[in-house]
Amino acid sequence: MSFLNVIRKRLVFLVFVMFGVTLITFTISNLIPGDPARLIAGDRATAEIVEKIRNDLGLDRPLYEQYGKYIVGVAQGDLGTSIRTRRPVLEDLKIFFPATLELAIVALMLAIAMGIPLGVASAVWKNKPIDHLVRIISVIGISTPAFWLGLLLIVFFYGKLGIFPGGGRIDQNIAMPQHVTGFLLIDSLIARDFTAFKSVVGHLILPAFTLGFVHLGVVARQVRSAMLEELKQDYIRTARANGVSEFSIVFTEALPNAMIPSITVLGLAVGDLLYGAVLTETVFAWPGMGAYVVSSIQALDFPAVMGFTVVVSLAYVMVNLAVDLIYMMVDPRIRGIS
Amino acid sequence: MPIDMSDKTILKIEDLHLNFPIYQGAVHAINGVSLYVDEGEIVGIVGESGSAKSVTAMAALRLLPKGSFRLTNGNITMLGHDILKISEAEMNSLRGNQVAMIFQEPQTALNPTKTIGKQMFKVIQLHTGKKRKEARNLALCLLQDMRINDAEEILQRYPFELSGGMRQRILIGLAFACSPRLLVADEPTTALDVTVQRQVLQLMRAKARKTSTAILFISHDLALVSQFCDRIYVMYAGSIVEEGPTKLVLSAPAHPYTQALVRALPESSTKGQRLESIPGTVPKLTIKQEACSFRERCDHAHDLCVKIPSLVMSGVKTQKAACWLLEKVR
Ligand SMILES: Nc1ncnc2c1ncn2[C@@H]1O[C@H](COP(=O)(O)OP(=O)(O)OP(=O)(O)O)[C@@H](O)[C@H]1O
Ligand SMILES: [Mg+2]
Repeated sequence: MSFLNVIRKRLVFLVFVMFGVTLITFTISNLIPGDPARLIAGDRATAEIVEKIRNDLGLDRPLYEQYGKYIVGVAQGDLGTSIRTRRPVLEDLKIFFPATLELAIVALMLAIAMGIPLGVASAVWKNKPIDHLVRIISVIGISTPAFWLGLLLIVFFYGKLGIFPGGGRIDQNIAMPQHVTGFLLIDSLIARDFTAFKSVVGHLILPAFTLGFVHLGVVARQVRSAMLEELKQDYIRTARANGVSEFSIVFTEALPNAMIPSITVLGLAVGDLLYGAVLTETVFAWPGMGAYVVSSIQALDFPAVMGFTVVVSLAYVMVNLAVDLIYMMVDPRIRGIS
Repeated sequence: MPIDMSDKTILKIEDLHLNFPIYQGAVHAINGVSLYVDEGEIVGIVGESGSAKSVTAMAALRLLPKGSFRLTNGNITMLGHDILKISEAEMNSLRGNQVAMIFQEPQTALNPTKTIGKQMFKVIQLHTGKKRKEARNLALCLLQDMRINDAEEILQRYPFELSGGMRQRILIGLAFACSPRLLVADEPTTALDVTVQRQVLQLMRAKARKTSTAILFISHDLALVSQFCDRIYVMYAGSIVEEGPTKLVLSAPAHPYTQALVRALPESSTKGQRLESIPGTVPKLTIKQEACSFRERCDHAHDLCVKIPSLVMSGVKTQKAACWLLEKVR
């Protein structure tokens, strides 16, 4: 199996996934009772006006025709026009998606940076206090709803201690750095605006921790079990018999191999983080896709909702592709005989 | 600190008792094992599966998982070091350097995601402090000594791309990286087919003679051990039941268990006669033995056998066996 082959396979797969995802969302959107045209026109509009709006939006066309038109648009990078904001959905998403992605990536990095050491520690000191502590953290992480944890953190760190801001992406009295990537961490660095950068970091910590907390436990447990599995292997015994130190055995022999099965879990986490961000964003008034999609659903803004679904599914497939490629890079057995 | 012992003795195990605590009780794996290996010697340990050959070897190199076992009695001395007392760092500087070990399963004994070269360089550099290039040259020499012709190419291969025999030769080559004083080989050829087996053993012996490395060779195959070793220990249920020079043990086995093993050797059974196997099974190790552990399977069992016999001379000075029959003779 070569890299190119995998990429090719995944791209074919992508077509089917997008097809399925759009079909399902489209069907559900049309099954939901409610008429977007009436919603736009308002309560007092005449039937004539409603009809005209419906005609303008193409909602009077047969469903298969609407769907066909939509699919053709998506293939050309056109996600339609939002009913609510009257702007191209793609333009809206360009603003909101980076905010969500930034939050999700930082959350993932927090989960990895804390989850891997915790997992390693609990495998090395199995059934010792640290192992129990990690188990408790994992259970709390998995069983704590993100919105509740978020509120708790806001009450404590913003309300009581006042060391972190309570919401938003950046202080209101600091100018947004010029839009380059949409990631404020990067944009503020590009603009060499370090006050803005500091503010952005401060605003990220609580929501990223809230969002990443579940995955911290998941990562720690995955790494723990993979490490225990690796440490049992014969090649570890060989390393010991060759006088390799315990430190080196854990970090240079066992851990890299234990990370291989963990990559899948991390890939799944990325998808979860994108969806999970919706809830966290609401708590932290984070101007991301969460707020956008919730308002869109309330407004029966189907193009916007479908645009969101398309983008997130696309991201999901891309992450899976990345996971496959990383697998091939780190595991020579998958790469095949060289 | 080095303990007073004859310079020639590399490994000495004295009256070792070791058990593995399990739920409600323990597996009494080693029940009084004493053995020694002198410089340049090839010593065999032979015994059927479960007789604690591997556990003994692993204990000698302190490779048993920490906390999994209880050592209730005994001493292990290697090259003047008290193995049961020295620090982890001291132990690590012995392992792979002064004493090396190879295992039964070459299939899984190498790290699956690193090239052979990377794994060899790491061990070589660890003990010799050589630069990468020198380490590479040494690795090539070691592989060539193991009759691996395309050594350059092998260094770039991953373990899964090589055959079992090739991997075991690599592991043996690596074991000799620092010309150790002792090589512990735990069934190094059991997983290989017969033709490869012989070749690998010959390479190992030739290399050991060259570097004057002593070998502690572990096998369940008396035929193999008798071809290969100067001296042998016969183990049964965690104790040594007979020891002596290979020739003597083979020609005049003193212990009924050894006698049965020798009778079961292919060459001693005449044509058409069925291979003799020993009836019965090894006693449960979860019960601490108070009697001779071979009693249940022994044709000569009598009243005295309810007590554990100790190793005594069996006629010739260098041959000893643990059996009450010998006591009676005396
Ligand atoms: N960690 C452990 N916990 C409990 N019992 C153990 C453990 N390790 C080994 N044993 C027991 O110790 C006894 C001796 O095992 P050992 O592996 O040394 O046998 P062996 O002579 O090497 O056999 P083989 O020829 O099959 O390799 C066995 O009964 C085994 O079940
Ligand atoms: Mg064994």
